[in-house]
Amino acid sequence: MDPRRVSRTVIDPMVRTVGFNAPGAPPPPQPHQSIQSGTAESVAGLVSSSPPSVSDIDPVGNSLSPVMIPPPNHASVVPLPGAVPTQMSPLRMNDSRTGSYSPLESLLETLSPRSRVNVSEFADETTVLGLIGKSGRGILEKTASSLPVSNGELMEAATVGGRSLRMTSNLTKVSVVNMPMDIPGIEFIEKGKGASVDVQKERESGGKKLKEKTSKAERRAIQEAQRAAKASAKNAGTASKNPKQQPKIAKNSQKKDNLQIPSKSLASEKNDAERLLEKDRKRDGSLVPQPRMQFDDKHRVEKAKRRSVVNRCEARNIVELFRHLPQYVHGTQLPELESKFFKLDAIHPSVYKVGMQYLTGDVMGGNARCMAMLLAFRDAIKDYSTPSEKTLVRDLTAKIGSYVSFLIECRPLSISMGNAIRFLKNRIAKLPVTLSEAEAKINLQSDIDHFINEKIVIADKAIVEHAITKISDGDVLLTHGSSCVVEMILLSAFEQGKQFRVIIVDSRPKLEGKMLLRRLIAKGLSCTYTHINAISYIMHEVTRVFLGAASVLCNGAVYSRVGTACVAMVAHAFRVPVMICCEAYKFETRVQLDSICSNELGDPNAISKVPGRKDLNHLENWSDSENLQLLNLTYDATPSDYISMIITDYGMVPPTSVPVIVREYCREQIWI
Amino acid sequence: MWRRSASFVVDNRIDPLSPSDSTTFDQEQNPITHEGIGIGIPPVISAYYQTRTEHHAVVTSDWLAQSQKAAVDGTGMETPPAERAVAAGTGRKGFRVTDEFNYWRKKPDLAEAVAAIMALSSVIKCSEATTMMELEGELKEASNSLKAWDATSISLTAGCDLFMRYVTRTSALEYENFESAKSRLMDRGEKFGEISLKARKAIALLGQDFIFEGCTILVHGFSRVVLEVLKLAAENGKLFRVLCTEGRPDRTGLRFSKELASIGVSVKLLIDCAVAYTMDEVDMVFFGADGVVESGGIINMMGTYQIALVAHSMNKPVYVAAESYKFARLFPLDQKDLTPALRPIDFGVPIPSGVEVETSARDYTPPKYLTLLFTELGVLTPSVVSDELIQLYL
Repeated sequence: MDPRRVSRTVIDPMVRTVGFNAPGAPPPPQPHQSIQSGTAESVAGLVSSSPPSVSDIDPVGNSLSPVMIPPPNHASVVPLPGAVPTQMSPLRMNDSRTGSYSPLESLLETLSPRSRVNVSEFADETTVLGLIGKSGRGILEKTASSLPVSNGELMEAATVGGRSLRMTSNLTKVSVVNMPMDIPGIEFIEKGKGASVDVQKERESGGKKLKEKTSKAERRAIQEAQRAAKASAKNAGTASKNPKQQPKIAKNSQKKDNLQIPSKSLASEKNDAERLLEKDRKRDGSLVPQPRMQFDDKHRVEKAKRRSVVNRCEARNIVELFRHLPQYVHGTQLPELESKFFKLDAIHPSVYKVGMQYLTGDVMGGNARCMAMLLAFRDAIKDYSTPSEKTLVRDLTAKIGSYVSFLIECRPLSISMGNAIRFLKNRIAKLPVTLSEAEAKINLQSDIDHFINEKIVIADKAIVEHAITKISDGDVLLTHGSSCVVEMILLSAFEQGKQFRVIIVDSRPKLEGKMLLRRLIAKGLSCTYTHINAISYIMHEVTRVFLGAASVLCNGAVYSRVGTACVAMVAHAFRVPVMICCEAYKFETRVQLDSICSNELGDPNAISKVPGRKDLNHLENWSDSENLQLLNLTYDATPSDYISMIITDYGMVPPTSVPVIVREYCREQIWI
Repeated sequence: MWRRSASFVVDNRIDPLSPSDSTTFDQEQNPITHEGIGIGIPPVISAYYQTRTEHHAVVTSDWLAQSQKAAVDGTGMETPPAERAVAAGTGRKGFRVTDEFNYWRKKPDLAEAVAAIMALSSVIKCSEATTMMELEGELKEASNSLKAWDATSISLTAGCDLFMRYVTRTSALEYENFESAKSRLMDRGEKFGEISLKARKAIALLGQDFIFEGCTILVHGFSRVVLEVLKLAAENGKLFRVLCTEGRPDRTGLRFSKELASIGVSVKLLIDCAVAYTMDEVDMVFFGADGVVESGGIINMMGTYQIALVAHSMNKPVYVAAESYKFARLFPLDQKDLTPALRPIDFGVPIPSGVEVETSARDYTPPKYLTLLFTELGVLTPSVVSDELIQLYL
């Protein structure tokens, strides 16, 4: 029937499960299932129980066995294509603790030596979003977050989360580190950036990476040489050019050493010694238990602070589980940044402006942030000219990379932005060499326009068209927070003359729903406004729940404004269909099971203060008290069980079909 | 749900008794008078239901009246109207796609989707279009009129969509000229009947693996695919027992049990209310489907949902046998999110005045209550349906 399906034979019983197994990747093992399972039996294992004797007569099934036999090692760990070779790496061999083998432990173990060498900082983990190859991250994150988490093991889960982030950053950086080994002396910044975008290489290298590493002795020799070079440069008294503009450069100590620029004035002898100590400590890291979180390591945090453009407050009193997340404080350093404006010559003014808007919260919402960023990049590309003795492809990629890391300092990237950056970098990398600079720039600008138009504007229209078919007269629609797509849906349904009522559920501290409420009321819709505390009461009368999303993950989970999971859960309990409206460019290959691994912390003051209530504001000096921690999460992950349908530009699909969309369209999304 | 809440202010509900657009449309199309129900409102019967009654030989009073009427009308249905039109030389003018569809639909072995495709391919036959675009326009028009003729039928819509999809894909292919492309499309349409029969065979081959020696199978309604599966299993010498629900008010179960008994399978009839009572001894439940929707759930004869619920709660596997042309790009959120297919219900005694009767003929079973789908594409979990649909239509 389908011409694309010619090769498929009709007779063999094939049991195919969609979702949760990436194409090409090994299938997820079915836990608690015997290896000798035939077709029918494994089918029975997959779904509800079937009589055991089904497997007794199964003539075809055993020979064809479409359901893959689970790997014999451990049921709960997804086999990691990247991880398997690393177990053979010399680092692993040296590890004296090989005796006690637990898959989980060894997995982290094999991946961690690298990250122990690295000095990571918060900029890293989010930069990675834009830089790293999809496959590598997908696998790693999936492994990390699919590790079994029981209630009692939450702490452990947090560790895993922290590590998973580090593992990811690790992946990108390995290639970066490798480059200067081959050709030292070339200016590193550019190279590093260029290399980190080399996604293709990333993917292939998967397992090879650790093998490529030089031995300890070699590395030390190189470092010694570089240190000597740097010292001499400092003695020569070269002006201390602050590498603030490229905070990414200094991501790990090794990289920093490679820098030919004399490092900032702060780098005193003492610092050097300190770093040496630290490095040594890390080098023996395979024996020492790894530091748990990135953000409780004072060295790293300090280093990051020195480097960053945006000053951050001390992150005090963070809830233990969320120490791995960067603490952001908005709006306080505006004057300081303004004063820096003329010093930051490397950052284009429109990028700077967008960064400020992120920082102050003027631009919020996945689509708005993504569009603002892309438009700023377009401006930057317009004003860009290639420096002499540099190629456009490399230099521009590096430029964009530095812009991105600046934006990350202002606020962590959203997944939509990550995807857009990946798209842009891909386009730059794919530019034909023959193109002149002017042509290339025009090409890129039109690509950006294309992306905005196709992936956001037209996609939204398509979503609205689909969603409207699900609104009928007499409906009571509930929405949470303020999603621009949902607003478009409600407005155009209203314009079509449908009779319905809207309930806007809002939550502290952002109270985004108020803005939505104002706009809807102005158009004449009949609305009810309530806070999330009343959700279980109000859900009685609701017939449909429409929610927006920051991202939809590959396991069907929805990553969205905090509170969404709660609304979806209550709706599910009341058997009200929950519809998620999300453009396909926000889909993610990653899998996340909880809201801990990757999240964003908001301003804790926002929840400690209640405007207009003096009697409640006794938490003013909360940061002084040791035994009080405030947690203001920005996002949460809604499990796919609570979601009836995801409305994308490609139609209405069940949450199980997200991987299909990702598989079928994400390639095109990048290439367009 | 919202009716319960006191805070519901906007009260402009539609009067449930006033006929909706689709029902009046059906009435125009099928002016069937019915005397079974005592009250004055003429019952509405969807065309979908008529097809079912013909295919499944449901004996009801209205069906008898209809067949009698058809007998009086004469034997005008022996050749397809398209051929008659071509023979008469009237070409496109004297041809209506709905007539053609009705002709094919009356064939007992032909599914509705196939009938729709046959009708559309005969549109190509009669067409005087000279370009692909023109032909596509004509086909679009025809398929729209077919869909409008019976908005309630899912497989009809799915069949039309499928063929249109095929046409648009073909036009992109490089054929040397228009004529060859046209004949290719026609071939395709004609082959479809064959394919549909083959699909049933393939499904039977796949499905019979799941029937094991000595098992007890519960079936609901009359499904030709399920019958094929059971037949094949019986031919292969497997011993099994079938429990048939009665299938009120069509009594489709009666016919199904008759078919099974004639091939020597031991059958037991149940009244529809006895499903939960007998579920303990059931090993698996088999359903056919009118349509498989994007969520992976099925739309099938009334009662399917509750049997699936009972089976699910007792951990019995629920298997659905359906050809892939029944996959439809629909996504019902709940039971009311469908165009209802209405039918008459004969209670045997007059219904007290002022009592409403639920006349919907089918329900929607969500995917979480289904175990596996047997299609000619393979044995699928419900979530793959959407995968297939995305690949087919996008």
